Amino acid sequence: MSTAAAPSLIQNSPAAPRFTVVRATHMSRVALTVLGALTVLLASLPWWAEAATMRTASEFLYYLALAQMWNLLAGYGGLGSFGQQAFVGLGGYALVVFSLKFGLNPFFAVLLGGLVCGLIAMPVSKLLFRLQGAYFAVGTWVVAEVFRLLIANASWLGGGSGVSITSVMQSVDDWWRDAATLWIAIALGIGSMLAVFALLRSRLGLGLTAVRDSEAAAESIGISVPRLKFWVYVIAAVGFGCAGALIFLTKLRISPDSAFAINWTITVVFIVVIGGLGTIEGPLIGTVVFFLLRDTLSDYGSWYLIVFGALAIVVMLLMRQGIWGFVRQRFGLELFPVQRRLRCEAAPGQVT
Amino acid sequence: MITVLDTLVQGLLLGGLYTLTALGLSLAFGVMRLVNVAHGDFMVLGAYFALVIMQALGLHPLVALLIVLPGMAVAGYLAQRFILDRTLGRDILPPLLVTFGFSIIVQSALLETFSADSRRLDAGDLVVASFNPFGDFFVGWFPLFITVLAVAMVAAMQWLFARTAIGRAFRAVSDDQEIAQLMGIDRKHVFALALAIASACVGLAGVLFGMSTTFDPSIGPAHLIYAFEAVIIGGMGSFWGTFVGGVLLGTMQAIGFRVDPGWGVLFGHAAFLLVLVLRPSGLFPRTRDQ
Repeated sequence: MSTAAAPSLIQNSPAAPRFTVVRATHMSRVALTVLGALTVLLASLPWWAEAATMRTASEFLYYLALAQMWNLLAGYGGLGSFGQQAFVGLGGYALVVFSLKFGLNPFFAVLLGGLVCGLIAMPVSKLLFRLQGAYFAVGTWVVAEVFRLLIANASWLGGGSGVSITSVMQSVDDWWRDAATLWIAIALGIGSMLAVFALLRSRLGLGLTAVRDSEAAAESIGISVPRLKFWVYVIAAVGFGCAGALIFLTKLRISPDSAFAINWTITVVFIVVIGGLGTIEGPLIGTVVFFLLRDTLSDYGSWYLIVFGALAIVVMLLMRQGIWGFVRQRFGLELFPVQRRLRCEAAPGQVT
Repeated sequence: MITVLDTLVQGLLLGGLYTLTALGLSLAFGVMRLVNVAHGDFMVLGAYFALVIMQALGLHPLVALLIVLPGMAVAGYLAQRFILDRTLGRDILPPLLVTFGFSIIVQSALLETFSADSRRLDAGDLVVASFNPFGDFFVGWFPLFITVLAVAMVAAMQWLFARTAIGRAFRAVSDDQEIAQLMGIDRKHVFALALAIASACVGLAGVLFGMSTTFDPSIGPAHLIYAFEAVIIGGMGSFWGTFVGGVLLGTMQAIGFRVDPGWGVLFGHAAFLLVLVLRPSGLFPRTRDQ
């Protein structure tokens, strides 16, 4: 986390200046501490907060997870997918299969839902990666529609009218139900944020950053771009799948139209665009903006969507990097730094 | 035998409607590589526009077109000139995201104004009239009219591109924006004209669609996908390709519906994905992606 010795391109002889690679900043340590405290606070909600508060917290956290995953896809992987509702829906239906049909523990089924989505994403990516840019975006949407229609035709899963999942939760006591849901939501929301953070600081992240800056240049220094994109797509599918399963565990009813609704993707795309595409802080800020808007305009039907969409357009036109991109540029803030800074310390007795 | 013929003719007629919807998308795609995600919602907007005019002035929907088409063209011109033009560039995500925003705004605004009720543009007996060439085989006059119109529009679009000054400008900016500008072409104006024509086309499709069946604010995205599939199957930048794509899509859907009513749309998507696997750039690609 803090400092690591630089690979010795330059010999650290007593006369030469010493280099250290700095990764954490004072700010980032504060940010991580605050995040840790916040996580503990959220996790303790079941002992003192009302059910409604916990439900809002869970909802906020799964939107945060979806936003982080879409940001990983589009902001870092260059995969602008408009079909991520495919994995929300598949995750939800995996929950139905594992908990309702096979009788597994519903909370365990959430995890399985994510894994199933990751497995399904592997062959799907082979098809979709033949497409570029706009083709890819709409292609992913078509794939989501195919899954929706396939499930709508499966009478075993309730067909077009859907199925109720209430019965799998009846054996679970109310307190445990709300608490476990919240804890999974925390694991997904905060977890996805830390996962993206860790991922970007890893070798894979270095590759991704290179690809983001220039695909051709990245390829020329030996980065396998298709393999990177493949793993980003699969990881995002796992994230969307887990979140999807959790979403329908809280809703207790699932239908193809609600599970594979394009609105899942739309909301998440706007969250990321407004908060700041290609930043770790952006999705968090975007989710806050979304919840504030929705609460403020809750009496006016779908007006919040109109305002939200218009806001996304304005951000796209006037500050392409979103709210956090603007803040970062203006004030040089960085809560979750992923880059490596080289610090040069003069050797004792040497004038630099 | 009659069933087979009937299915194929239904597919052809459905394909005509899809072609009409897809033409504008194909145009914007070919000229400025813009995928307008709100294309389907623009179509629905055209239908509601006609509905308002019919109710306000008591006009027949076909007469209302005289107001709807220029109105849609102006809206398209302004959207491209003042908003979308600022997003076009090397990065393909901004125009997609901005039109995604348009899509949601149009859909939600229509929902707030007109509610989720199904509507129809009442055109009297015109749309139900049919003739029967032989036996139990019936063909509707109105769907046939739409398909003939679609073919005429494809031919007109081809003529526009091949023979007129604006068509030359379209091809020039499509090939190379910088050089085209050096030759004195006002890129912004040309792009805006392209979206104006595209919006008028999709407005026409919307009104004819609204006359032949019911519509509500939520159907836009489905029609965007059909139009997109027709364009991709046919190959980017080729209008006759779009027609072939539309007819292929319509025919596959008709066959699917015949097999099982739940499978119609699914068969269409399957055909689309199959074309992508076998020929990722479509059957008759014209414009090369840069």
